[in-house]
Parts: sequence; C-alpha cells; structure tokens
Amino acid sequence: MSEKVLMKGNEALAEAAIMAGCKHYFGYPITPQTEVAAYMSKRLPKIEGGVFLQAESEIAAINMVIGVSSTGKRVMTSSSSPGIALKSEGLSYLAGCDLPALIVNVQRGGPGLGGIQPSQSDYFHATRGAGHGDFHMIVLAPSSVQEMVNLTFKGFDLGDKYRMPTMILADGTMGQMMEPVSLDLGEVTKYDKPWALTGTNGERKPNIVNSLFLKPEELEQFNFDRYKRYAEIEKNEVMYEEYKMEDAEYCIVAFGVAARVSQNAIDEARKNGIKVGMIRPITLWPFPKEVLNKAADKVKAFISVELSMGQMIEDVELSIRCKKPVLLCNRTGGMIPTTKNVLDSINEAVNYGGAK
Amino acid sequence: MKVFEKPQALTDAVLHYCPGCTHGIIHRLVAEALDELGVTGRAIGVAPVGCSVFAYNYFNCDMVQAAHGRAPAVATGVKRSDANNIVFTYQGDGDLAAIGTAETVHAAARGENITVIFVNNAIYGMTGGQMAPTTLPGQVTQTSPYGRDVSKVGYPVKVCEMLSEVDGAAYLERVAVNNVKNVKAAKAAIKKAFQNQIEGKGFSLIEVLSTCPTNWGKTPIDALKWLDENMLPYYPLGVYKDKTQNAE
Repeated sequence: MSEKVLMKGNEALAEAAIMAGCKHYFGYPITPQTEVAAYMSKRLPKIEGGVFLQAESEIAAINMVIGVSSTGKRVMTSSSSPGIALKSEGLSYLAGCDLPALIVNVQRGGPGLGGIQPSQSDYFHATRGAGHGDFHMIVLAPSSVQEMVNLTFKGFDLGDKYRMPTMILADGTMGQMMEPVSLDLGEVTKYDKPWALTGTNGERKPNIVNSLFLKPEELEQFNFDRYKRYAEIEKNEVMYEEYKMEDAEYCIVAFGVAARVSQNAIDEARKNGIKVGMIRPITLWPFPKEVLNKAADKVKAFISVELSMGQMIEDVELSIRCKKPVLLCNRTGGMIPTTKNVLDSINEAVNYGGAK
Repeated sequence: MKVFEKPQALTDAVLHYCPGCTHGIIHRLVAEALDELGVTGRAIGVAPVGCSVFAYNYFNCDMVQAAHGRAPAVATGVKRSDANNIVFTYQGDGDLAAIGTAETVHAAARGENITVIFVNNAIYGMTGGQMAPTTLPGQVTQTSPYGRDVSKVGYPVKVCEMLSEVDGAAYLERVAVNNVKNVKAAKAAIKKAFQNQIEGKGFSLIEVLSTCPTNWGKTPIDALKWLDENMLPYYPLGVYKDKTQNAE
C-alpha cells in the first residue's frame, strides 16, 4: 500500500481533505492556492453529498464554513495571505463558537497586495493575531508534499478533538511543487458532536452555536475553560523533527521550505566540521518550547531561518528564555534563503562573540 | 376551549425588546409559520448582530449566531450541509443592507433555498440609534443629527426593489406590522416564504417594516403612526418578485 503518486502540493492537500471526510469546500480564487479550489470543484460534485461553492468573497467563504461546521460536518476553506486576512473575522468566530474547521493558508509575500511568491510572513497572524480576542488555532507547517497530505488529514482530527480551527500554514513553495506522495492515510476517526445543529426533531432542547456573552464573568470563564483545553494541546500535540541534533553545537530552527534549504546547508557545513543541526517545528502553535529550551543547554547559538523579516525568532527567544544568542537568517518579499545564505549565518554563529 | 397559545417554536424566555418594539410580533409570526408548516423540528435559524441577536434564545429550534452581516453566508453553509434543514436568517437593516449587502445579494443571486426575514426599522437600534442604510431622507438619528442629508450621505437602500433585479431571487415581499391588517398580511408572506423553501423554490426574502420607538424618540403609538406616514410612502408594501407562481 505504499504506492506513490506524483502530485502538486495544493492538489495533494485537497485529496487528503476528501480522504479525511471533508465533503464541503468554500473558497475564493487567489494565487498561489487556486489549485485547491480547482481540484475541489472537479472532485466534490462527484462525491455523494459533496459541495463545492465559490463564494462571493473570502469573508462569505469562511462564514459558509461556519455554517457547515455548526452542523457538525467536516469543512474547509483555503486562501493565500491577503485572503486569509479577510477571513480573520471568521477565524475568531470559529474559535469563539468552539467550532472545528480546516483553514489553509498558502502564504505569499506582503504586506498589502505584496506579491505572489512564497513567504512565511503570516507567522504572526497564524500564531498570534488571527482575529480579535483571546484565542489560538492549531497551526501546522508542512515542509513536503507528503506532509501537506498527512497534516491535512491530522488537522481535521485535531480540530474535531479539541473543537477549534486548525490552520495549515504552508508557503507558496509547498503548494506549487510536485513530489511523490503516499495517500495511504488509514481510517477516519469519528467524533461525537452532540452540540451540532441537526434540528431538534422535537426530541431535545435546541442547540445554540454562539460566541456572545454579555456578562463579563461568564465570558471570562469561557476563556479560562478554552485555555485549559489549549494547555492540554500544548502538553499533548507538539510536533517537531530533529535533524543531526545529537552532537550539534549550533541549532537551526526552520519550518516549511526554509527547513529544506537549511538541511542542505547543514550537510555542507558538516563537511567543514561545523556541528550544526536543526529542530523543525511542525506545529507552530503549540510551539515546541520544551525541546528548544532543552537544546539551549547544549548548543552555543540558534539560527532562525525564515521567509519573513523575523517572526518565529520571537518564539525561539521566548522558548529558550534568551539563554543563548539567536541569529536571524531571512529573506522576504517572496525570496527564499539560499544554501549560501544559511551557510553564511552558520559561520556568523560560529564567530559570534569573537573567533575562537 | 383554548383560544390563544404561545407557538411551540418560541421558548419561554422573556423578550428583551423595548416597550412598543415590533420585533416581538415578527418573532411570533415566524414561530407560527414554522409550527403551522410542521418544520420547527428541522428548522435552523441564524441570528444576526443587532437588536435581534438574542433571537437564539427566543426561537425554540437549533440556532447559530452569525457575525455582523454574514447570516446569509452562514445560512448557505447550514443549508448546503443538509437540504432537509429549514434555514432562516433574521436580520436587521444595518446587518442586511449595510455591512452584509454582499452576502445578501449573492445569496439571492445563487438562489439559495433559504428564508430571509429582514426587519427594517430605518435605524440602528442596538447601538443606540445611528443612521442606517434605510434611514429616510431628512430623518434625524444620532449620527445624522441635522437629518439625513442625501447630498452628502446618499439615499436609503430599497432592498426589495434592488433584489427584484436579481435573477436568482424567487420571492420578495415587503410587509409591515403596524396594524392588524398589515400583521395578517405579514404572516401570510412569512409563511409563504417558508413554504417556498419547503418546496425547494429558492431564495425568499420578506422585508418587514418595523418600529423603534426608543430610538425614534416616540411613544409606541406615535411610532406606529410615524411608520404609516413616513416609511410606507418611501417603502411601498407589496410583492416585488414572485417566481414561484409558475415554477414547477
């Protein structure tokens, strides 16, 4: 069953969503994620109960997602950075209503209309400010087409398990590149959803999906309770991958395409005797704080490699309590760090505080 | 012999609306229609942001509360999830005709098989009486203290007239609830809008002209009179579109 097919990241992700039992997709065209919508528009009408709908706006799309999710069914939308910004209102409502949904952001450069080349500059948005109010989303960062598939499948599970929105934070590279993938994903887990709007049939009290609480003590309690659930997630759901960390003296932290470039740079640097490794966060929220903090007791310095002006670096610094220096290796605006960029940063880290 | 009872589609919650506000009448008409058509058990309502946000406490069916203006999009999701759901939105004028204009027009354009109850009282009630998209020319509100000056802020939006040009809309009617005769007509229109959905005839919107004594600064009786004398001439009652007559 390990037969592999060559697929584009966006299409592989879409197929994985269908395999996860998602029969409802709402979206709006925007580069570089439009293949997700195109794929869904072909596939979903052929599936019993499948609905593809191109919404009049990103805002409408996320609210259609809210509608389906409130009925207890799996549902997704996808977009790219400027479109995700528009969906922020809905992300906050999903969180406030304790509704699961999968939201895919195939990021492009910003701010403003920005560009259409790959970026990771929505890290803050995804992990900090995805809308107004106190809330988090689970944020998953694939760094291969296979992970686009696996994390999409898992994202639906996590969303249902914890009743909250899950975001796939991919960069444009992941959406556009082709790789062989296995679609052997196993069984879909079913979750009871007694809160879902299915009609009372006159047999039970009405279910209400709502995020309004005018009594502050009531809203506070809901937020406290939600954050207790978040604490569980931080304890149980952190995902990361280590690369050559056993003897590492320097630690790169990178996700998505930046991790792939960094891996090449690590192999190069090791040829020159520099012991460098990588911790690749797969969950950006919850962030692998503990593993980084432990690594900080072993390594001399960290390098955060990003396709932004330096956003994840703040989480790295917080995680290690600023015990060690953290350097930034970054490109932005749609540029991708080269192996040389990363090697230069590795050398900078080695020489940090004066050559030995 | 029982001559009067509360519709089963209403809960026992006490309405929070101001004295003289006609939301209560409209809630009751919607509930009666659901009961009479026997669909309360498969009804799913979408509450707006505005005075009627607490509709989710009043209707005795499953309810979801949407972001401001987004009710038709949320309703689209609920309906597309299961065509057997009888889905309605209950929205005010700011919600439906200002911040949610796009969602309204496109739900109509798609011919979504949902029922929209649009309560037009020419003012933002919940936030304390600001100018609405349906505030009449010259009407004084908190944010049009010198009267709505159409040369500066433009004209009211006539929702039924506007949507009558949208091919996807199936049924559009404007009614009022300021006297017994109009209330009876409003009931018939609302019931028809749900009947249309049951029969799969597509997008129905009933615009209900309603009063806001508190923010209009009038007694309940004067408010009814003001509606009669000022709103009816600008927003004529009647059927603006009916594709359901000859529809199969």
